[in-house]
Amino acid sequence: MSISDMALQQQETLVPEERQPDTPSFAMIRTLAGIAMLSGFLVVLVYQITKPIIAENKRIAIEKAISVVLSDVSSKRDYFLGEEGLILLDADQKESSLEGEKIYAAYDDKDELRGIALEAAATGYQDVIRILYGYDPSCQCVTGIKVLKMAETPGLGDKIAFDAEFLKNFKALDARLNANLDAIQNEIVTVKHGAKTEPWQIDAISGATISSKAIGKMINQSGQKVIPLINKHLNELKHPEKEPGKTSEINPEATPETKE
Amino acid sequence: MDPDSLTFIFINAALSNNFVLALFLGLCPFLGVSAKKETAWNMGLATMFVMLVSSISAFGINWLLNEFDIQFLRLICYIAVIASAVQLVEMVVKKFSPTLFRALGIFLPLITTNCAILGLALFQTFREYNFLQSLAFSLGAGVGFTIALMLMAGLREKLELAKVPTVSQGATMSLMLAGLLSLAFMGFAGLGSGHA
Amino acid sequence: MDPRPNQEETITLDTFTRGLWKENPVFVMLLGLCPVLAVTNTTMNAIAMGLATLFVLVASSTLVSLLRKLIPKQVRIASFIIIIATFVTMVDYLIQSISLDLYNALGAFIQLIVVNCVILGRAEAYASKQKVSTAIINALGMGVGFTIALLCLGVTRELLGAGTILGFQMFSVDFEPWIVMILPPGGFFVLGAWLLLFEYIKQRKEKTHLNVEGVASHGS
Repeated sequence: MSISDMALQQQETLVPEERQPDTPSFAMIRTLAGIAMLSGFLVVLVYQITKPIIAENKRIAIEKAISVVLSDVSSKRDYFLGEEGLILLDADQKESSLEGEKIYAAYDDKDELRGIALEAAATGYQDVIRILYGYDPSCQCVTGIKVLKMAETPGLGDKIAFDAEFLKNFKALDARLNANLDAIQNEIVTVKHGAKTEPWQIDAISGATISSKAIGKMINQSGQKVIPLINKHLNELKHPEKEPGKTSEINPEATPETKE
Repeated sequence: MDPDSLTFIFINAALSNNFVLALFLGLCPFLGVSAKKETAWNMGLATMFVMLVSSISAFGINWLLNEFDIQFLRLICYIAVIASAVQLVEMVVKKFSPTLFRALGIFLPLITTNCAILGLALFQTFREYNFLQSLAFSLGAGVGFTIALMLMAGLREKLELAKVPTVSQGATMSLMLAGLLSLAFMGFAGLGSGHA
Repeated sequence: MDPRPNQEETITLDTFTRGLWKENPVFVMLLGLCPVLAVTNTTMNAIAMGLATLFVLVASSTLVSLLRKLIPKQVRIASFIIIIATFVTMVDYLIQSISLDLYNALGAFIQLIVVNCVILGRAEAYASKQKVSTAIINALGMGVGFTIALLCLGVTRELLGAGTILGFQMFSVDFEPWIVMILPPGGFFVLGAWLLLFEYIKQRKEKTHLNVEGVASHGS
């Protein structure tokens, strides 16, 4: 018996029942409302219990990612970069109330700015690819990427996350600003495998051109927009006002190891 | 081609990321209703229609949920609203177009619990499509579903006449066929991305 | 499907084991195929999906069975769906709190448990007519059967497609993985192959014990 047959039968038995006004509508509404209340209660309960744990998981994931894309970092501060300028975020501040980009400024143990980690996203072959990339203002270059989320084809597109040759592209990817300081001088692009000649080009993985292109595209898009802004506020980022409770330690060794 | 453009979303949902053959959504009707081409065609049409309706409702609900900041109720709202929307559509169609109702008839309620519908709503939310993109996505998904269903029905009608070992009759054969179709559809990979 | 669908049944071993073999939701009844094929590209995903479905199945069966006298017939499907959706949302958040990597790997398919026909089917055809204890045991059986089926597929696909099981290398380095097995077509092929195997075993059994009772016939 196929599923559709079963469903059809179910449907047939259901139709005559609907015409029998046995149960008063009040009982139906009462039941549905009761179930809805119960379900609302359960969902909210679980949501409240798991919320801090999920936030903690996300924080650990971000910190791990930051220590991948920037080297020698020991603390970070979360900023919001938007029209109103640079806003330092509290750990629990709501992000949705602000317009702009969230950036993470990372410092080494002497409180020197090591670089800035930014999130970028673009549609890959299957779904949105979300990455974190590090930008170092001292060399005006991208220092590394870490894929946060993707659904690329296993064995082909998913190489963007761990293929050593490909990741080497982002060791010192040129992201110099132009003379007006309002955009990146040389657009960051992905080129065909083996055709990389300039420091701002990304050498695609052969067989995974779409996924590789998506990475180049998202870095360029985000970079064109955010890096000039970072440059504008560089002094603030370099010498932050010391406000307690807004700097969080990064200790990559202490974070639990998850499956790569 | 720009991955956010409407054409790309449409082609992507219809061919290279076909709902049935690449994402395994809506397999129940795919295996259940694909024995005859005619039923397959009606089922495809009905699904496309429901996809459009539920895509629009899901877009509205998501906006509402974001407005009130209660995203954790998303799933419950989606499933409830999609089910009622389908019911409503069924009643309206029955009232105003008996011909259409006869064609879609029994398939409409069946589709409510089809995972392709909820999958569509969830994917369009996760990918943060805007209204037009959602429409293109749902149309693409519907067309892709119909194509897969028709192809399968055609193959199975031919297969009726073939001699197959008794062990592999029925579901086994359908799955193998689906596997081959899926393999063929992988050839659409990267379609519309501007390079091959 | 069930022997006496409208009577309360006494708990026997069969209440549990039925779901494992005779009425296995995947291999025999072909229900809930969407997650079966979509997330079984690695063993880990298959286990996680199986356990999540098991939880939702048992929890929703329990609640449906508890409330079976209170729910009017006309609104039962709507009530069942809301109950199921509640538990799925709970699982969704629980998985997020256990491991974000796992959550990202399973993606929308956790939420798609809602429309898994196995769960609604159990609620409608069994739990709404049976005592709580019977319903729980039966749901457990079905859930375990579903998990086993996912595991069968997950292990096969990961072993052939990546040469690993749970991330551990199984073959020597020069094994060339059949990537197609992790890709969508592999899902269809592997499930087809498993069905072939079960059909073969069933037909062998029927041939040898032609007159022995207990060979349930489940046409598909």
